[in-house]
Amino acid sequence: MKIEIVKAKQGLPLPLSICEVPAGFPSPADGYMDDALDLNELLVTHPAATFFVRVSGISMVDAHIYPGDVLVVDRAKEVQHRNIVIAVLNGEFTVKRILKRGSQLLLAPENPRFAPIEVHEGEDFQVWGVVTYVIHKAK
Amino acid sequence: MSSTKPNELVFLIDCNSFYCSCERVFNPKLWNKPVVVLSNNDGCVVARSKEAKALGIPMGAPAFQWQKTFEKHGVFVYSSNYTLYGDLSRRVMEVLQQFSPKLEIYSIDEAFLAMTTKDPVALGREIRARVLKWTGIPVSVGISSTKTLAKVANHLAKKDDSHGGVYQLENPRHIDRVLARFPLGDIWGIGGRLSKRLSSVRIQTPYQLKQADSGWIRKNFSVTLLKTAMELRGIPCLALEEVYAKKKSITCSRSFGQPVATLASLEEALSSYTARAAEKLREQESLASVLTVFLTTSPFIDRPYSNSATITLPEPTDYTPRLIAYAKRALSSLFRQGYPYKKVGVIFNSLSDKACYQPDLFFRAPPHQSKAMEALDKIHAKLGTRSIQFAAEGIEKPWKMKRIHTSKRFTTHFKELLII
Repeated sequence: MKIEIVKAKQGLPLPLSICEVPAGFPSPADGYMDDALDLNELLVTHPAATFFVRVSGISMVDAHIYPGDVLVVDRAKEVQHRNIVIAVLNGEFTVKRILKRGSQLLLAPENPRFAPIEVHEGEDFQVWGVVTYVIHKAK
Repeated sequence: MSSTKPNELVFLIDCNSFYCSCERVFNPKLWNKPVVVLSNNDGCVVARSKEAKALGIPMGAPAFQWQKTFEKHGVFVYSSNYTLYGDLSRRVMEVLQQFSPKLEIYSIDEAFLAMTTKDPVALGREIRARVLKWTGIPVSVGISSTKTLAKVANHLAKKDDSHGGVYQLENPRHIDRVLARFPLGDIWGIGGRLSKRLSSVRIQTPYQLKQADSGWIRKNFSVTLLKTAMELRGIPCLALEEVYAKKKSITCSRSFGQPVATLASLEEALSSYTARAAEKLREQESLASVLTVFLTTSPFIDRPYSNSATITLPEPTDYTPRLIAYAKRALSSLFRQGYPYKKVGVIFNSLSDKACYQPDLFFRAPPHQSKAMEALDKIHAKLGTRSIQFAAEGIEKPWKMKRIHTSKRFTTHFKELLII
């Protein structure tokens, strides 16, 4: 590879003044300023493990989860009985409430038109993350 | 840089088939199935899942040659989605940082941790479990007294599932036995060429290198190889580079999806890469003093052409419009009519710290310039790099990379979230 040196033009713009000239009065609020609120502080406990997903179905409407809503999902949280979770069952994602009945796991919808799903042994099942917040647009 | 303490151990954490694993986090249909990820422009295979490796698909396999195999075995084929991989990599590194502040991010999918612990293997298992739970990415952990040996341990952790993804090299006699059988070319820092040279002087295994005389290695080879030999002996010679060192040069270039012949299209592409590189420059708070533009056709055509031009800037800068202007000037000196160009790119060199910069008494960048760049970077961080751009980058971008099987940017764009 051949290298050509192309000389740049040496036109230098001159500054109008060397130092900035302060003008006007300082704001009386200076020194009392807080940073703006950051919603991440409220919604995200484990940033490295938190993912956002969007809802498409209506199986959880009674838990106030509607199509188009954004769910805050924390993978770091230990899953507990009655958590709302993102689960993977036989290669499909689903959002349901997880219930423990003895040794039996149940994925319960929150819509009377849907039936609970029993998780059987040997099925390909995994909890992907725990839903910690639902972001719903007010109408 | 920090020296490792005598009883400190080095953990090498390496993500398994990283790009494929990233795709799997958001697509359970890929679990336990063969997956490959292709390079820019869908040229060749750059990542293979375990199942794809088992089908005999080699690293670097040209996609078009292996199309039949992909179809026959139902291999899931993805274009590379570096936005997604970069974000998941950042998350993996964040989790690793929880274990020790002594972390060296070695590459997008590899990191060294230095730690003192009573039960290294148990800690390795904990690292592995936490990274998997938090990010969905499976990793392997190699543990030993030096970086080079930790790399060997990591190979062994990956090779045999019975180790559960964690392997420690500890006992000196055990290490010797392993090194006597380990391929010399797979030792960190020793490639195929060097291992050939070594075998011509009857050093065929890492064990033989370890046993070789230090003075002889230094005289006949290099200090670098001597360091490797020392590391194989269990003496740390390669320190952990904790702080992610500022890059000494910044490059941005891509191959075109289709060959490009016109200066106008090349200018658009180059402007876009220059804008990206300038953003990286500002991210690490550096200024560039030297700018190189290179332009090349495919080397396999009848009359290939490639050339580069370097410009020394009158003042170090991080101001995108100025950098674009110089890049275009360099390009116009390189451009020859009638070639199908395959690639153009820009390199910033002689980088200096913005904080330490002593401006010329008679030259000072107008303050509105740095404010404009700050605003631009903020908009890009919020709305994505495509939200607002320089007109010079062009609108339609016919030169853009070919990426037909790209997954969504699940973690960085609200419009592309995983839908459940």
